[in-house]
Amino acid sequence: MNIFAPIGRAFLAMLAQIGSLTAFTVSSVSGCFRPPIYWLHILRQIMRIGYFSLPVVGLTAFFTGGVLALQIYIGGNRYGAEAIVPQIVVLGITRELGPVIAGLMVAGRVAAAIAAEIGTMRVTEQIDALTTLATNPIKYLVVPRLVAAIVSMPILVGIADSIGVFGGYIVSTESLGFSGGTYLKNTVDFVTHQDVTSGLIKAAVFGFIIALMGCYNGFHSKGGAQGVGTATTNAVVSSSILILAANYVLTSILFSK
Amino acid sequence: MAGTPKIELRGVKKRFGSKVVLDGIDLTLESGSSLVVIGGSGTGKSVTIKCVLGILRPDAGQIFVDGEDVTKLRGREREAMLRKFGMLFQASALFDSLAVWENVAFGLIQGRGMARKEARDIAIQKLAKVGLGPEVAGLSPAELSGGMQKRVGLARAIAADPEIIFFDEPTTGLDPIMADIINALIVDTVKDVGATTLSITHDMVSARKIADRIAMLYKGKIIWNGPTKDIDSSGNPYVDQFIHGRAEGPIKMEVKA
Repeated sequence: MNIFAPIGRAFLAMLAQIGSLTAFTVSSVSGCFRPPIYWLHILRQIMRIGYFSLPVVGLTAFFTGGVLALQIYIGGNRYGAEAIVPQIVVLGITRELGPVIAGLMVAGRVAAAIAAEIGTMRVTEQIDALTTLATNPIKYLVVPRLVAAIVSMPILVGIADSIGVFGGYIVSTESLGFSGGTYLKNTVDFVTHQDVTSGLIKAAVFGFIIALMGCYNGFHSKGGAQGVGTATTNAVVSSSILILAANYVLTSILFSK
Repeated sequence: MAGTPKIELRGVKKRFGSKVVLDGIDLTLESGSSLVVIGGSGTGKSVTIKCVLGILRPDAGQIFVDGEDVTKLRGREREAMLRKFGMLFQASALFDSLAVWENVAFGLIQGRGMARKEARDIAIQKLAKVGLGPEVAGLSPAELSGGMQKRVGLARAIAADPEIIFFDEPTTGLDPIMADIINALIVDTVKDVGATTLSITHDMVSARKIADRIAMLYKGKIIWNGPTKDIDSSGNPYVDQFIHGRAEGPIKMEVKA
């Protein structure tokens, strides 16, 4: 009968969603600058978010660097430009693949874990219990995760960059016939300060996105086990999409001349 | 009437979307009294408590704690107000990442900034009050049975010697003997700390045991309010149906909200 009603409802629901996310972001970010700050929790979260993500991020970076070398060699071969492998590998890894691959892996690992943990706390009333114990749940739960992710991600990506270049190096010297010394010299001569820092800036932003989406979805999960499941899925999907979207925006800002 | 009531609700209304949950609640708790609110599932008992604690914000009406309108409090003022409260949650809502004693001492350490060692001693005293020995202090909540979790929840609620304690379905999910033990503990500990209490339950045995006064909530309104001894002669058909647990009567269960 009224085809506009469902459209309007969906639109209003979307606006409400944006509004609640904005409010959540504002109170979380402002919570980072107001005491009490739970330093011990921040350190513990850095361990969980950063340190324990190292194996996953390291392995993906290694194989990404390796496959990048292989593809550039095969592609470059068509123009007789195989020698450019080290330069393109280091550029691709530091500018794009390091932060993006690490961001997506950490999104899958950490955003899901955060959403599941906070979501379970929500449905078992542990978050309400925090409030009744005169503890602000945003400061106690969200701020440590947010700070830890923003601090951990650039470090993780720095390590991922090195391992990715190393992956390219191994493939190039072991199976593509590059000499190790030349490969390294070309890499170091070519890469600039800005290539690396731009990737690290991206990493910090991705860390913010991952922790924020994990916490937000966890905080707003409803119902029981199913609600937590939905929150977890939403956290991973939304953080992954936002990472890729933010990556485009950041690239166009950081490399606009 | 002896001075200002401890808690007073005036015309409190709350709705979620189009569903009216509280439709003008008026309730008064004298200092040191014990009020039990009874009512079926989904009649807004929990919502009432959450409005007083500021976890939910009422759409209309006022809530006074010690004569102060708490619906207007924000931030630090609200945290200061919450220090007067202790709450026992339906499923205990213990923090599963913390040991039993840390749960009990949480409000002392986080809410009041007490030193951990001192807080631990108090936690062990409070655990003793609810019949738990010091050997459980180091366990994780997941290692305890439901009844023991309730006891720890009770110890946490009384840890900071609150002026007001809320009990949300204190006996739900416990066997009758454990339920009676919890009821007795509630009566004893409350007498001990001299707190004002508000409980919500649909367990009439529990209500009779812990209440000075009983109020019945139905369709978002208080339909009866009187001393516990008068509950059997209320002359209210709704109350009679509820306390005798009859399927037939004026209360029709809404299957779908």
